[in-house]
Amino acid sequence: MEGQYRLEMKNITKHFGGVKALTDVSLKVEPGEIHALIGENGAGKSTLMKILSGAYQRDSGQIFIDGGEVKITNPKESKDLGIAVIYQEFMLAPDLTVAENIFIDKLSGGKGIINWKKLRADAGAQLEKLGFDDINPNAKCGSLSVAYQQVVEICKCLTRDAKILVFDEPTAVLTFSEIEKLFEVINKLKKRNVSVIYISHRLEEIFRLSQHITVLKDGAYVDTVETGGFDKQRLVNMMVGREMTDMFPERHAKIGETVLKVEDLYAGKMVQGVSFEVRAGEVLGFNGLVGAGRTETMRAVFGADKKESGKVYYFGKEVNWKSPQSAIREKFGLLPEDRKKQGLLLEQSVRMNTTLACLSKVTRHGWIQHKKEKKFVKEVLGSIQTKYGSTEDNANSLSGGNQQKLSLAKWIAADCKCVVFDEPTRGVDVGAKTEIYKVINTLAEKGIAVIMISSEMPEIIGMCDRVVIMRNGKVSGEVEKNELSENIMIKMAMGV
Amino acid sequence: MKKKKFNVKDFLIGNNTYVIFLVLFIVCALLSSTFLEPVNLVNICLQQSGPILVALGMLFVVLTGGIDLSVGAVTALSSCCAYVLMRDYGQGLGAAFVVAVLIGLAMGLLNGILVAYGKMQGFVTTLATLSIGNGAALIVSQGAPVRCSNIPSVGAMASKDYGYPIVIGCVIIIVIMALIQQYTSYGRIVIACGSNSTAVQLAGINVKRYVCSCYMVSGLLASIAGMFIASRTQTAASTLGKGGELDAIAACVIGGASLAGGKGSVIKTVIGALTIALISNIMNLKGVPAYPQEIVKGCIIIAAVLLQIATDRTESAV
Repeated sequence: MEGQYRLEMKNITKHFGGVKALTDVSLKVEPGEIHALIGENGAGKSTLMKILSGAYQRDSGQIFIDGGEVKITNPKESKDLGIAVIYQEFMLAPDLTVAENIFIDKLSGGKGIINWKKLRADAGAQLEKLGFDDINPNAKCGSLSVAYQQVVEICKCLTRDAKILVFDEPTAVLTFSEIEKLFEVINKLKKRNVSVIYISHRLEEIFRLSQHITVLKDGAYVDTVETGGFDKQRLVNMMVGREMTDMFPERHAKIGETVLKVEDLYAGKMVQGVSFEVRAGEVLGFNGLVGAGRTETMRAVFGADKKESGKVYYFGKEVNWKSPQSAIREKFGLLPEDRKKQGLLLEQSVRMNTTLACLSKVTRHGWIQHKKEKKFVKEVLGSIQTKYGSTEDNANSLSGGNQQKLSLAKWIAADCKCVVFDEPTRGVDVGAKTEIYKVINTLAEKGIAVIMISSEMPEIIGMCDRVVIMRNGKVSGEVEKNELSENIMIKMAMGV
Repeated sequence: MKKKKFNVKDFLIGNNTYVIFLVLFIVCALLSSTFLEPVNLVNICLQQSGPILVALGMLFVVLTGGIDLSVGAVTALSSCCAYVLMRDYGQGLGAAFVVAVLIGLAMGLLNGILVAYGKMQGFVTTLATLSIGNGAALIVSQGAPVRCSNIPSVGAMASKDYGYPIVIGCVIIIVIMALIQQYTSYGRIVIACGSNSTAVQLAGINVKRYVCSCYMVSGLLASIAGMFIASRTQTAASTLGKGGELDAIAACVIGGASLAGGKGSVIKTVIGALTIALISNIMNLKGVPAYPQEIVKGCIIIAAVLLQIATDRTESAV
């Protein structure tokens, strides 16, 4: 029977020191199928895929490809077997061009001299096959949007004739039109008899794409099920091992005075006359395609980017924040999209991360009161149920959801009256998402004005009192909670 | 929570700077009978009063993720100016010291502005100011040593009769720097800047000002070091402190600092500087000629850094 599987991983076990990361995990993928792999963060999905890609060595267990047992001891062997992984963090050289990146390991085609013209043409052809002919093969990868960088990454793997392609959270950085294109690509791969292992937290996508779903929990194998006829709620329960009745907890916030009002804001190409307002205790959603100018608008308000014109009123008073310092002094905080790059000091302690924006609270004449600081940090982190070992542990020892809470704790500690969340649940698992929603609710209930930039429709619909939709740097519509639907938002975001 | 058991391996890894120093100290004591004699130990302290300060200044720049190659030149320039003032213009030690410090701060400010506000790379910037500083020192000293042996207060700085003022001064500065790093928001933010400057910027902190100030700290300490080093022979020279930047960087790295920024400690850097001093000292005592000494020193620095990397890996693999 084994012959019918493209890939079979049997009883894989892996320890890190004394910690068991995987126990007897199995995975069977048929040729030309899209196989979803799901589980909460820390369930062992990444570890399993790293074993497959040769980044880690398994302690025990077997791997078969097309029925024959294989030994994968390093990334090269894995690549030679036709296994390719597209990671969340791309393996691209930002200073090289798209064409150079796609053909990075065979630039000269074995000849020693690079034929630039052919290289560019080949890269262009590859991109066109995926339906992304608007990417210039000559552009530097670093200058592309995250979404386009991902396309380049996919292209790179496709040129290597991969038989088994692993996607790790591929849509976390994309929006509707790009996701549609990605799905087309994935379905094309399927027709070419490529096996796709698809890791995602977005259940809608899994149900749309996959034929089978394998669920992992706490490093152990739970089950493999056929996607057709299975329902979402049961799947979520399998993942978390408990009843998840409500993704979006209820909120009892009183909406009060206007906290922030922005009128006709211009800032660069991406912000072309944006107006909106948000009130105390309100959760205002910002939706739109990637590149619609949502993040840029908020950065301009926050003072991180230059404003060209327009007015910003904060508690009725006109303000002109020229740097984040001024905004934070007036208790306006922004939680950046990329917490690892912009939000956290990963190599520093939980304590240091929490008090970064409010050091004056725990210092006297510039001297840090360590005891007071520790107590304060514990209080703040406790108030949003953050799980951490000790206040002295490094931020990167925390799980994804808790890291997000930690970067949020900074603004709670600084007593912010208005907080902008940029994609707060990107890359965090189902259980942790609900936790973050709870925190957002707590803030709103305290009378804090919350702005939530998000590309995830269910989240926007479940969480927001009102939604502003942006398109091409302009506000294309505003919808109240009772009128919200995916349909309306997609139409406004795409300008149909 | 589980109680953590004391683990010998973890302890050795966490404190490898001290362990290396201690092992080296014992080896030195075994190799040479003169090593443990007070004269020799006092001599090491006197010798290192300057270089330790340079290393501490370097540490603050390294913490931000930068590097200051101009420290040696600042050491030479500030001490030459001060000594010329005393020798040719009849100024006292106090006034000369102030001028030296101001020159150090000014060089640091120049570096800081170019790096933080001019967005130049620290390496290139300070390489240029190193050249500028060296040239200026040559002009001021007219290419010859500047001797001030007839000014008693200069000699007193390194003299036993007054309790070795430069050693005491050095210890005071070490304590101050350690306190700043451990207990002030300034020290905290400097480390944060080196760790992730974008996050710090978005937390509402003026990163540029902090980065700039670190280069000034480096310039300040290098100039004080210049005065300390010159006082030992009561002579300043444009060659003073030459190569000091390399010893300072090595001290930081042996002390566990990361050149990528965000990691390093004042006390461990001092130990790092002393480690380098021990290596030179024992080779002098054993009569190793000067040229091979450099090679041995380089090799030992490589070994120390490799050890740091190895222990780093064990930490992050958990």
